[in-house]
Amino acid sequence: MHPALQGLLTIIIGVGGCVSYFYFSNQFLDKVLLPATGPNAGRNINRANLIRPWLFLFPAIVALGLYLAYPVFETMRLSLTERLPGNQSQFVGLANYQQMTADPKFWEALKNNMLWLLVVPALSTVFGLLAAQLSDRVRWGNIAKSIIFMPMAISFVGAAVIWKLVYDTRPIEQEQIGVLNAIYLYFGGAEPNTWLTMPFWNSFFLMAVLVWIQTGFAMVILSAALRGIPEETIEAGIVDGANPLQIFFKIKVPQIKGTIVVVWTTITIVVLKVFDIVFAMTNGQWETQVLANYMYDKMFRANDWGVGSASAMIIMLLVMPILIWNVYNAKKEMR
Amino acid sequence: MDNIAGQKSSLVWAVNLSLIALVLLWLFPTAGLLVSSFRTGDQIATSGWWKSMVASEQNLTLRTAPSGEQVEQNGKFTIQGNLFDGEKASDISVWGISSRAIADFKPGDTAQLKKGGAVTVLANGDYKIEHDEALTGKRGTRIFVTATRAPEFTTANYQKVLFDSGNREGMAKAFFNTLTVTIPATIIPILIAAFAAYALAWMDFPGRALLIACVVALLVVPLQLALIPLLKFHNQIGIGKGYIGVWLAHTGFGLPLAIYLLRNYMVGLPRDIIENARVDGATEFQIFTKIILPLSFPALASFAIFQFLWTWNDLLVSLVFLIDSTGETTVMTKQIVELLGTRGGNWEILATSAFVSIAVPLMVFFAMQKYLVRGLLAGSVK
Repeated sequence: MHPALQGLLTIIIGVGGCVSYFYFSNQFLDKVLLPATGPNAGRNINRANLIRPWLFLFPAIVALGLYLAYPVFETMRLSLTERLPGNQSQFVGLANYQQMTADPKFWEALKNNMLWLLVVPALSTVFGLLAAQLSDRVRWGNIAKSIIFMPMAISFVGAAVIWKLVYDTRPIEQEQIGVLNAIYLYFGGAEPNTWLTMPFWNSFFLMAVLVWIQTGFAMVILSAALRGIPEETIEAGIVDGANPLQIFFKIKVPQIKGTIVVVWTTITIVVLKVFDIVFAMTNGQWETQVLANYMYDKMFRANDWGVGSASAMIIMLLVMPILIWNVYNAKKEMR
Repeated sequence: MDNIAGQKSSLVWAVNLSLIALVLLWLFPTAGLLVSSFRTGDQIATSGWWKSMVASEQNLTLRTAPSGEQVEQNGKFTIQGNLFDGEKASDISVWGISSRAIADFKPGDTAQLKKGGAVTVLANGDYKIEHDEALTGKRGTRIFVTATRAPEFTTANYQKVLFDSGNREGMAKAFFNTLTVTIPATIIPILIAAFAAYALAWMDFPGRALLIACVVALLVVPLQLALIPLLKFHNQIGIGKGYIGVWLAHTGFGLPLAIYLLRNYMVGLPRDIIENARVDGATEFQIFTKIILPLSFPALASFAIFQFLWTWNDLLVSLVFLIDSTGETTVMTKQIVELLGTRGGNWEILATSAFVSIAVPLMVFFAMQKYLVRGLLAGSVK
């Protein structure tokens, strides 16, 4: 069957299945199992209302459990086992982790990930804050915001192509077609650089891509927060003779600290999962490896599920503090 | 805040200028790709795309017409024509007849050819070769010109990438595959999430707080953890690698955000409406379909855009759950990564393919930006 047709059929079956599940299960509950008529009407209604939430939640719970919760535990189990021929597996304790920590590539990936964690959220937030503050003060601010926000819609792979063109290198006797080298030579650089193979610094050229994408996100959120600041506090600052910089750093920023933390943590999570950019631009060569790409390498190129799962668990471990912090905040807010 | 005293005009200038700089910095890389996709491979390789907007000076090697076209005039054999035959005319500043001396002559000058005869070239590319004897040789004489060419763009790259059925690296198939992945993977989670979000927002039952906490926790679980276990699971139940697997996977991975966004929105709906409906005897199912769903449209739209962008732009999930060794089900992101590997230098193909895949999300982005921003705010500032 043609995939497009299959897709259409799936939409119909999926949507139709969902709708009819919800419809008929509710009908069944109200009309057959616990009808709201007869001598037990009152009791039946109460009982039906006890069951109904679970009818509404059932598909979501199954999907979440199977596609997100179960894999966490299964990956944990896999990271402690070794695959044997014939679909067998054997418990090996922490051997996979030992094997992984003996691999210099793993430490390179971890080191790079830490660097990404320091640089990308910080730069995205700073640029986002700057863009939000500036664009709220000019008449064409909305257009500026649209343009800075636009890379959010571009795929990591698309962004990788866009930036590879920026970083392109030609031999010195030819004309440079990459903007970065053209600028570098214009300002007196001796030789065109192959930016993506410069050890250590090449990671920063990859990070620039993610900063470029994430700044728009930071800007949108921070701009809303900046607008929510009560005007009296700013007026009071002006009356007391604060200059614009003081107003920004001493009055505005402290009031949106909570939002800055949210933006920071959200981008941190994106950074921990960053895969496509490295995969498409350097594939971890020239010391640019990151954890997610390392994991992909181990799982699907080396077919080593044990070490692959172990590195996935490291990513999970790094996400854990944010996970706990988010749950803690959500609970506090619901009270 | 314009009404506040103390706004200096110099400051306004500084703000405008820095914002312009920032915007240009953000626009420049994408503009480069867009412009490059409309240039030929030669143009991209010989000059930076930022120079394509203005007329530029180029060194070209052109040929006169072959000797077959000569005519006899007053006892002299002549060939006449234009060097830019069929192409856009350019302005020649200097020219030459040897690759070592390409700037020996000015337009209007006459050069003596080595094999005999003389050639005259005018600024607009018109030339005239005169010789006493009949000219021989299949190919015309080479003329080296330095000319200022007007900006020139072509849609040939798009023709090749999208519509050339002989091009095995074309994007047409991948485009439809991506679309096939995206649409069901966007619609199905919305429906499942909407019911769950309603239950979590407006129904009272034991364990509700715990479930919400679980959803918040699952929001940040990296999907990297799910790859191997789910691939194993898909193989066990016999769907293996394919569209069904990728739809299910996207549904599962999209649900936490969907439930979270929709619940946050539904909680904010006015309690009176829902309680009035309950008093009037509406069932929960009716309340949901007739009141909650229509009122939640903005939140549904926000999530739909997120999920659409995410599934359209995804590489990892498709790599793991969809694309098998036949490559029949390849998606655009994967196709581009392959091109990056095999055609790293062919920027006209790369730029065009990348822009084909970027164009759809960009259109969605500009058309529905309002909902996207609203969704971001609902999902983050809490």
